[in-house]
Amino acid sequence: MLANVNVRAAIVSIAILAVLLIAWEASVPGGAIGGDEELSEYEMLTGGGSTSGSSIPAPSAVISHAITELSDPFYDRGTNDKGIGTQLLYSVGRVLTGYGFAVLLAVPLGFVIGMSPVMQKALNPYIQVLRPISPLAWMPLALFIIQDSIKSAIFVIFICSIWPILVNTAFGVASVKKDLLNVAKTLELSPLKTAITVILPAAAPTILTGMRIAVGISWLVIVAAEMLVGGTGIGYYVWNEWNNLDLTSVIFSILMIGVVGMILDTLLASATRMVQYAD
Amino acid sequence: MSNPFLKVENLKKTFPGPRGEPPLTVFENVNFGVEKGEFICVIGHSGCGKSTILNVMAGLDDATDGYVFMDGKEIKGTSLDRGVIFQNHSLLPWKSALSNVIFAVKARWPGWSRDKIRAHAMKYIEMVGLQGAEHRRPSQLSGGMRQRVGIARAFAIEPKLLLMDEPFGALDALTRGTIQDELLDIWSKTNQTVFMITHDVDEAILLSDRILLMTNGPNAQVAEAVEVDIPRPRTRETLIKHDQYYQIRNHLVDFLVRRSKELSGKVTDTQTVRVGGADEGSASAGNDDSRQAAAGGS
Repeated sequence: MLANVNVRAAIVSIAILAVLLIAWEASVPGGAIGGDEELSEYEMLTGGGSTSGSSIPAPSAVISHAITELSDPFYDRGTNDKGIGTQLLYSVGRVLTGYGFAVLLAVPLGFVIGMSPVMQKALNPYIQVLRPISPLAWMPLALFIIQDSIKSAIFVIFICSIWPILVNTAFGVASVKKDLLNVAKTLELSPLKTAITVILPAAAPTILTGMRIAVGISWLVIVAAEMLVGGTGIGYYVWNEWNNLDLTSVIFSILMIGVVGMILDTLLASATRMVQYAD
Repeated sequence: MSNPFLKVENLKKTFPGPRGEPPLTVFENVNFGVEKGEFICVIGHSGCGKSTILNVMAGLDDATDGYVFMDGKEIKGTSLDRGVIFQNHSLLPWKSALSNVIFAVKARWPGWSRDKIRAHAMKYIEMVGLQGAEHRRPSQLSGGMRQRVGIARAFAIEPKLLLMDEPFGALDALTRGTIQDELLDIWSKTNQTVFMITHDVDEAILLSDRILLMTNGPNAQVAEAVEVDIPRPRTRETLIKHDQYYQIRNHLVDFLVRRSKELSGKVTDTQTVRVGGADEGSASAGNDDSRQAAAGGS
């Protein structure tokens, strides 16, 4: 019990990482991809380079690639040569746009559903049918109607963000304590004032939990959506690098997807903490 | 009861019976009046509809039949003229003690300046002795302190009628005693009209001018209005030394353990009772029983 829990946890974490990296490094034959020798023209034509190229790149290769990429993340040299930062910004931009529209629609609608039992009963069947639909299933319809691949991707993010926010807002609003509503009533607050000054702060932690779930799902979906629509974005980048058989870049971008997802989640988590209250 | 400040007439509450059974009348034929500045307590067993009567008076619930008039006008819906203190403090948990009071003051006088609202709220925070703790949130306050904030909030809007639904029911006996003394103090300073529900006989005697006794539900009624003419100011310390205290106490306990059941569904008119003096003979008839019952119950 000498070291505190955080220190001990950090030591274990680093140890696990070290063991995995060493095992990974050791299991990769021949070190870096492509070997030391240049391939002859003939070898290249017959696919001679693919023996070593098809193996998983070593962690050292990924790390050195990461350093190169991250030292200049925002360059843009045409369609198929953009920095990882540029690609991630495209994706984050789309997520935030679709997600933003979803928040604007789902929070007020959730209030209506949470405050009115009639609306709750009337809209519930639609929500239950629409909610389990994979967001990507909307893609063909979106492409046909919107006729723009980028806007379609944003629409897919919008449609997948709506449900967690809507359901959580409705639940949070509906479970505001009767006592607090009675206080608002005895103070003769108007329905709008009650909604803003009593129900909103009371339901805020639940609403933000829904928003946190939604941003997580959006980030999962945008990668798949961009693989479909192509052009720009991290999803397209991963698929493009796969087509180039550049596994180093694929692994690197997988890690970056994880890092950005974590950042998005952390932001929403700290926002949730800000509105959290102890009962 | 010609034209009191608050008048309750033939109040009745019926709940629909479960599948095919006849509807359940919780209370009926409830008549009483409250004068301005009076402190009224209601005592009765659980299920006699005390809280429902209070909620009807607050405008949070509707009676099946009968009327409540305040200042000659019938009560419809809630109003800032009728403040309510709920059993579980009901403070907004994300606001500090002071902000909770400010919230109510702002609703009462929307035209006031920020400074005036704050000063007014702070006055009531100080009145309940919470200065220094005014920036704490309810979760950082003890149960007693939370209920004090609730009291400050209710008094701060200076309602014409203050309704309290077992405000101290969730507090321990020691805290309850302290807050009762404080409540008496604030009440005497503000001349507030108070209607309060309690289960605590001693609390009722300490605080009230009159105590309404309700028979057991269903079909509960207000059987008696016991006048408490122990002189004020009262404190818990001097109260128990007063001659009338035990007579009134025994009368109330006797009612609760025996007569509330016997009278259930029988009473037609509310009797005004003054315990001690002329009534002493009749009241002391039940004294021995009730004293034992009270001792056995505690």
